[in-house]
Amino acid sequence: MPESAPTSARAEQPRRRRRTATKVEAVAERPRLAVRKTYKLFIGGAFPRSESGRTYLVDGDNVALASRKDARDAVVAARKAQPKWAGATAYNRGQVLYRVAEMTEARRAEFTVLGVDAAEVDATIDRWVWYAGWSDKIAQVAGGANPVAGPFFNLSAPEPTGVVGVVAPPSLLGLVSVIAPAIVTGNTVVVLAAGPQVAITLAEVLTTSDVPGGVVNILTGHAAETAPWLASHDDVNALDLTGVESPELATDLERAAAGTLKRVLRPPAGGIDLAADPGLHPMTALLEIKTVWHPKGF
Amino acid sequence: MTATATSGSLREGSVGLPDSTGNLRTFLHGLPGVDKVGVEARAAALGTRSVKTTAKAKAIDLAIRMVDLTTLEGADTPGKVRALSAKALRPDPADPTCPPVAAVCVYPAMVPVAASVLAGSGVHLASVATAFPSGQAPLDVKLADTRDAVAGGADEIDMVISRGAFLAGDYARVFEEIVAVKEASGDAHLKVILETGELGTYDNVRRASWLAMLAGADFIKTSTGKVPVAATLPVTLVMLEAVRDFRASHGRQVGVKPAGGIRTTKDAIKYLVLINETVGDDWLSPDWFRFGASSLLNDLLMQRTKLTTGHYAGPDYFTVD
Amino acid sequence: MFEYAPAPESRSIVDIAPSYGLFVDGAFDEGKASFKTVNPASEEVLAEVALAGPEDVDRAVGAARRAFGAWSALPGAERAKYLFRIARIIQERSRELAVLESLDNGKPIRESRDVDLPLVAAHFFYYAGWADKLQYAGFGTDPKPLGVAGQVIPWNFPLLMLAWKIAPALAAGNTVVLKPAETTPLSALFFADVCRQADLPPGVVNIITGAGDTGRYLVEHPDVNKVAFTGSTEVGRQIARSVAGSGKKLTLELGGKAANIVFDDAPIDQAVEGIVNGIFFNQGHVCCAGSRLLVQESIAEELLASLKRRMSTLRVGDPLDKNTDIGAVNSAAQLARITELSEIGTAEGAERWSPACRLPDRGFWFAPTIFTGVTQAHRIAREEIFGPVLSVLTFRTPDEAVEKANNTPYGLSAGIWTEKGSRILAVADRLRAGVVWANTFNKFDPASPFGGYKESGYGREGGRHGLEAYLA
Repeated sequence: MPESAPTSARAEQPRRRRRTATKVEAVAERPRLAVRKTYKLFIGGAFPRSESGRTYLVDGDNVALASRKDARDAVVAARKAQPKWAGATAYNRGQVLYRVAEMTEARRAEFTVLGVDAAEVDATIDRWVWYAGWSDKIAQVAGGANPVAGPFFNLSAPEPTGVVGVVAPPSLLGLVSVIAPAIVTGNTVVVLAAGPQVAITLAEVLTTSDVPGGVVNILTGHAAETAPWLASHDDVNALDLTGVESPELATDLERAAAGTLKRVLRPPAGGIDLAADPGLHPMTALLEIKTVWHPKGF
Repeated sequence: MTATATSGSLREGSVGLPDSTGNLRTFLHGLPGVDKVGVEARAAALGTRSVKTTAKAKAIDLAIRMVDLTTLEGADTPGKVRALSAKALRPDPADPTCPPVAAVCVYPAMVPVAASVLAGSGVHLASVATAFPSGQAPLDVKLADTRDAVAGGADEIDMVISRGAFLAGDYARVFEEIVAVKEASGDAHLKVILETGELGTYDNVRRASWLAMLAGADFIKTSTGKVPVAATLPVTLVMLEAVRDFRASHGRQVGVKPAGGIRTTKDAIKYLVLINETVGDDWLSPDWFRFGASSLLNDLLMQRTKLTTGHYAGPDYFTVD
Repeated sequence: MFEYAPAPESRSIVDIAPSYGLFVDGAFDEGKASFKTVNPASEEVLAEVALAGPEDVDRAVGAARRAFGAWSALPGAERAKYLFRIARIIQERSRELAVLESLDNGKPIRESRDVDLPLVAAHFFYYAGWADKLQYAGFGTDPKPLGVAGQVIPWNFPLLMLAWKIAPALAAGNTVVLKPAETTPLSALFFADVCRQADLPPGVVNIITGAGDTGRYLVEHPDVNKVAFTGSTEVGRQIARSVAGSGKKLTLELGGKAANIVFDDAPIDQAVEGIVNGIFFNQGHVCCAGSRLLVQESIAEELLASLKRRMSTLRVGDPLDKNTDIGAVNSAAQLARITELSEIGTAEGAERWSPACRLPDRGFWFAPTIFTGVTQAHRIAREEIFGPVLSVLTFRTPDEAVEKANNTPYGLSAGIWTEKGSRILAVADRLRAGVVWANTFNKFDPASPFGGYKESGYGREGGRHGLEAYLA
């Protein structure tokens, strides 16, 4: 899918051809006029326009162009939703993510009509299912009792780090591959998305999947403009730079994150390998291990 | 039933009356603890009881008779209080078989107004007092507040404990205040509001319940309704256990009043189930259990009407007060 | 007086056929011999069910073997999605299955609705999530399934025991032949229908109904790679003997005589709830039931008074009434055993008490009962009664509590009641039991491993550990 390059002036862009729902017979009647979707941001479970009022043109659509204030509002929404999401049972979070898989499957056509190919939609759904199954298992794999030398019960258990700022890779599978591992363990995310129509369609899937408002927030626009505000934000706990393509930008963001010692996931060399087994790292990088000592004695 | 005579002094040697903060602490902190997960699970399990048909009809009537119909707003006027009192006497003008509520509950300034409507009816007149809701005022102000309400015609006083003193561990002060207010109440029966939403733990709810009962409370009450967390089933369960155990050890029965946040018939019936399976019949009467509520009454009336007509009711058919 | 009025759950939601065959290779067939299953609350016949003989068992194992190749070769993600489908269908049909379970087993609808069915669905959800990530389970980077699993389950939690067996087996890539208990075959047969609705490939799950012999044929079948059994210690021993030298892997979940230990600083009201739940939940037909109350002597009198007061609010009656706490005993045979052991308790000098209880005329019923003055030497302190009967013993010190708790050939579970955290941990450390509950009891979760020490069996079900039994 072509990435929309930032333009200083609004160039005339061809409207991408969409498949219409029904073929129109060649009759003297004019074809039915379609009701076009408006693409807005996704913050706190709702779809607001950018507070800046700006949009940019992507394949003929006017898409909301997120500002630093939108990023600020998204962090507020993410923070507000985080305690309750983390406090839900792992079973409940798993159920919600599985529901996202169900809804994505049901809405395949909305993604394929945007140019996402069927195999990628398959892989996306299966990836949601994979992550849904981790919610009530990651603690068993990443945590455990530690045999310390003394009369203590010592337990290490992972906890979500909190609010995660994410620069997402452009594809649907890439987007899901950075959102799912963060939220399955109880984090909430503010995502700077690249392919806006696909990202907002995913947002629509999320709102019909019992994902509480604020758990996932999606900002469409230019990551280079808004990412630095997330990187330096005092109320963001971690920064996932997987989708950052420019090494200089990645370095700058990492430096800005150092201000509050955020946990940073650097962009993988050569870009993210979406076909490979994601492994544990995307989840464990956004978890804190808490170790508690309890004395044992009558 | 009035409390046994108490005096302002803690030096009374009566059985079970600790004589200093140190001894009060030892006693209260020696009570069995409350497991939060366990008590909440028990309350939730009791909430699954299914009360139907004839049982539901009786429960609704009992609940109506247990309501302390309440208005405690800065904006209360004589007109508002007269309307509320009229409703208390005749909750459903369309149905004379509907029983009146237990009491009307108002601020001291509104007591005379309510008294003029309720006089001779058998519906009680409860007044909040003691610098309700915060209780943050000198003792003499709180006692004057109490005497004023009684003089105006209140036959029940709902006082607040000093949560600050309680949480700071000054149990003797909390105790002495209750004793003093009890005395200032004269013949009026005294409900002691623990403000459970501010106490933090179920252990504290148990301790505060015992403290109030030892000091002479006739009723222990959960909340003022003015802080975010008011009555809940588990808190009420702990208080019911406390009154049960207190009667067993001290021979005196104390009532329980959950207040605030009880809005539906379904909720009210859950509380009745709680009483039924924790303390039994002896507390299943307005003399020993009250609901501090306002909007609950109309929901009870709607449910009562549905049982008699067979179809769902709507708010247009019931009065606002 | 606050009576609740009858609150019956409607039976009309479940459609029980007059007869059922065996479910083999994805379809129900005509059984030859058959037997009846009854509703223990009324003795009414619910259905006729096929009695599988050796040829039927052979056919079922053959179907499982044929299905194994393709099933185990499927990517884990695909197996996961089958199991997720099954979990979802169970959620959707939850009420129907709960009513069915209460009819066939006798347990209160409130328990089948609020405990059994949610756990059944949860087990399938949990293990579905392992199917595509087995390499992370700690059993090797490329763990393999064993092949065909022969599974024999008891009558106390029919559908839940089925879930505990089938979910991990399938997630790991095995195929199964499962035999439900003789007195509770129906929910397993309905589960077969769930598998059909999920389009599960034929032969992956096979359900063969029958009695003790059917189970024996299955366990002894040469082409079964793995045997899983939940039931009595007596039968567990026979199975262990029969698989000796055969190469079959075996896990057993057997009986128990759990100690529920109440210390003098326990949260008393919650401890009473825990004691009641521990022995009266599911009519005491629970392998991990807290059937021995070990109460610290200094609070014994007070605790027993509270316990008796609490027991007098227990409601025994129609399992389909939503307010019933204690349902019917599952069978005449089990009722006879409970009755016999209770008489032995009295004969041996323990003092028996039950709250006043009106028991229905038809069906199999036993009032909740406690025996006080029990010591370790009494048979009712040593033998599993498997009914709503509690034996009460006392102890003086934590050391003595631990010693008495461990003084049994069983080792399935135990309970500890105290407000002191360090004591919970120290006592838990020393209890020789596979599941220890502190300030709670009878809590189950698919993520939490369950299984016993000593003669309560070996192997664990639930959690990451529950996969081990089904992987090579």
